[in-house]
Amino acid sequence: MNKKVGIEVSLAAADAIKMANVDLIAAYPITPQTHIVEHLSELVANGELDAEFIPVESEHSALSVCIGSSAAGARTFTCTSSQGLALMNEIVFIAASLRLPIVMILANRSLSGPLSIWNDHTDVMSIRDSGWIQVFTENGQEVFDHVFFAFRVAENPKVSLPVIVNLDGFILTHVIEPIQYWDQEAVDKYLPDFKPVNTLNPDAPVTMGAFAMPGIYTEAKKAQDEALIKSKPEIIKAWKEMGKIIGRNYSPVETNQIKGAETVFLTMGSMGETVSIAVDKLRAQGQKVGQVKIRLWRPFPVEEFRKAVRNVKNIIVIDRALSFGGQGGPVAGEIRSVLYDEENRPLITNFICGLAGRDVTTDNFIDMYEMSLKMAGDKSKEEDYVMYGVRE
Amino acid sequence: MIEIRFHGRGGQGAVTSAELLALAAISEGKYAQAFPSFGPERRGAPVVAFCRVDDHPIRLRTNIYSPDLVVVLDPSLLRLINVAAGLKENGVLITNTKFTSEEIKERLGIKQTLATINANKIALEELGLPITNTTMLGSLLNARQVVHPDSLIGPLEKRFGRIADKNIRAFRRAFAETVILN
Repeated sequence: MNKKVGIEVSLAAADAIKMANVDLIAAYPITPQTHIVEHLSELVANGELDAEFIPVESEHSALSVCIGSSAAGARTFTCTSSQGLALMNEIVFIAASLRLPIVMILANRSLSGPLSIWNDHTDVMSIRDSGWIQVFTENGQEVFDHVFFAFRVAENPKVSLPVIVNLDGFILTHVIEPIQYWDQEAVDKYLPDFKPVNTLNPDAPVTMGAFAMPGIYTEAKKAQDEALIKSKPEIIKAWKEMGKIIGRNYSPVETNQIKGAETVFLTMGSMGETVSIAVDKLRAQGQKVGQVKIRLWRPFPVEEFRKAVRNVKNIIVIDRALSFGGQGGPVAGEIRSVLYDEENRPLITNFICGLAGRDVTTDNFIDMYEMSLKMAGDKSKEEDYVMYGVRE
Repeated sequence: MIEIRFHGRGGQGAVTSAELLALAAISEGKYAQAFPSFGPERRGAPVVAFCRVDDHPIRLRTNIYSPDLVVVLDPSLLRLINVAAGLKENGVLITNTKFTSEEIKERLGIKQTLATINANKIALEELGLPITNTTMLGSLLNARQVVHPDSLIGPLEKRFGRIADKNIRAFRRAFAETVILN
């Protein structure tokens, strides 16, 4: 295998997009996604990447261009964050409904207001129900690997859906760390040429983005839901194939020190790494604690998740977004719903933390663990969640 | 794991210092992370950058609160910020200053080892500019051999191109001229 190189994660991500041999990039720069798009624009300008780079005037246009490009049969990429994703919103739903295999890297960032450029998961939760395949990454290497994975899954004719690769803004995008590049041969082997299921072609006309009367809309949505659910085995296959090539194994739900664990932390994204240190420390004190990480957020891996927590008594769900006026964070809501029908369902405590880049340390996680042991199952408590570390 | 915090002012290259050190460590086959204190950076405002180096994969994704080493690129920060905050007992504070290490130690009232270098003077003589990031890296490696000094040459050449030689001279001079006070 290749030697690890020291590089900023954003630049490595852009290099991976180049190695994936994309045909078209349409994006508008926004912090903290900027370095990815700037580097891609350089690669195209220098002639290192033979692709169209379309510098659009807004994110709404960026994804609209991507839809045209993907519908015409081109391998298509975009990248955004926060307000950019919010401005794209209308088209995000359309891209999934049209079953167009666009790949987006989303450098996760909070939404205004107050205006904040820092990291949390508020942006991606705003398009949770848009129908895109959504995966989370924990470090730069995972981002690099998942660029190829995303195109392979999206363009698989059995899937033909857009894919979002989430990475935490700044915490990952702006860090220099060792990343192992793939050989171009390995990329080409893993990621075959894009053969679209349908294309806009004047010689063989098809309709895309049709009008649907009430008599057909429900059936269209049912078909879309089935397509997303049925993408899961293809997603798992794509991870297995990757494991054979590079020796790193990914799966929809990943666990750490789950054996004998009565309590587990549940995270998505880069926080999983810091939590793993907290778990090490708590285990050293004899605490029966482990960790579960959701890599595949949509389609939600229901069976894999239930299996992972089968013997667990208490789940500490870490949310990096809040559903105002609801019952905590979106991940906790999902987990409660997935486990409600289980016979021996675990107790759930939900912490909202790390909003807009507030640092969450290993000691904070240990503190949450201790709070959770006291809170779990306490019916007298008024709220179902805690906003951790709020100064009152 | 060695954790290092760099204090500088926007434009002085504190972030570059952290990056170059991480790149040198990774080129040695070690694991490293370099990252800025994230935010909108302003020229001249105090900035912080972080670097971690380890023989094992690094799983911490937080800021550094108890550094092993603190590097101060700009002497004016010594009066403004508690640069030694959280510095480990066996840690080292490495600072750019024209004063003697005894004077600085007394002024800061710290017990930890102090490393001093007149980096402004070296940078002005070698680069013609008071930009002290590469100079302070020489001083840092004198205080604690986080990486082999030769491992910095590759990253310095790549980053600075035709002015790399000047930076390498400043780096080597600081490595030789740093004064350590236990």
